[in-house]
Amino acid sequence: MSDRVALVTGGSRGIGRAAALVLARSGLRVAVNYKERADDAKETLRLIEDAGGEGICVAGDVTNEASVAAMFGEIHDSLGPIGVLVNNAGVRRDGLSLNMPDDAWHEVLATSLTGAFMCSRLALKDMLAARWGRIINVGSAAGLRGSAGQANYAAAKAGLTGLTKSMAREVASRGITVNVVAPGLVDTEMTLSLNERQRDALLQNIPAGRAARPEEIAELVGYLSSEAASYVNGAVLVIDGGMAA
Amino acid sequence: MERSEILVTIKDHLEARGIDGELVTEQADLANDLGLDSLDTVELTVGLEEKFGIEIPDTELEGVVTVGDAIDLIQTKSPVGA
Repeated sequence: MSDRVALVTGGSRGIGRAAALVLARSGLRVAVNYKERADDAKETLRLIEDAGGEGICVAGDVTNEASVAAMFGEIHDSLGPIGVLVNNAGVRRDGLSLNMPDDAWHEVLATSLTGAFMCSRLALKDMLAARWGRIINVGSAAGLRGSAGQANYAAAKAGLTGLTKSMAREVASRGITVNVVAPGLVDTEMTLSLNERQRDALLQNIPAGRAARPEEIAELVGYLSSEAASYVNGAVLVIDGGMAA
Repeated sequence: MERSEILVTIKDHLEARGIDGELVTEQADLANDLGLDSLDTVELTVGLEEKFGIEIPDTELEGVVTVGDAIDLIQTKSPVGA
């Protein structure tokens, strides 16, 4: 078991759960963050423990600075300083820009973008002291090509790219990498809420002819968290079944 | 807090980062004499905040050039909650 600790935000389901499992299998002790879905987070932890891994569940709202600080305190007390941070927490509040309510805009930006910033800001302190760290921001193909009906989501995910590249420049000299994984369509609860028309339209544009499994995205997160990926920095790694090809 | 106590803490922190402790005097210029870059300074600040239980806003770091300046700044702070 490594001494290293990973935090996966939004680790209760989907890509976050799969990423938490991959990191645990690679020997990291994993803090599985959730906002409301305690039972789902516990299920993620159970899967980790079944696989011979170790971790904790930790509640926290990444949009709330005090909550993020409390969460980091809890992780420090239980597991130690954070070496790998996966900023995965995200929400969708779809709608055409013309009709988009303010709160749909703010909530999506607050979770995906501001949340990633606040968690990274704290994690970097640990990483700087350790002279080693990995931050993996879960972006989206929507952040690269835009997505009708998802201006808020696409803007937040595109924003992650700027955050990632800037942070990478700031801390690369200290053995810390900051990267984005940008998945296309992934089979998760979040995308199950797409209607059939939206889904078909997306699938038509995917040469692979199918959505990704969360585990496929998690493997890339696992790679970026590894020693082997130390020269990958400030990158946006697209994993989309050929959609952007 | 005594100046000497703060100086020792700064020296310990920088020695742990491979800087020759002999160079760490009140007159030493953080950037030019000790070779600290902006990240090193942030790291030192965070270390001192934790050690002394104080908070040092980034804006107050602007005037800090030497180790002595850093000590002056820390002496103006009281431990949070104290």
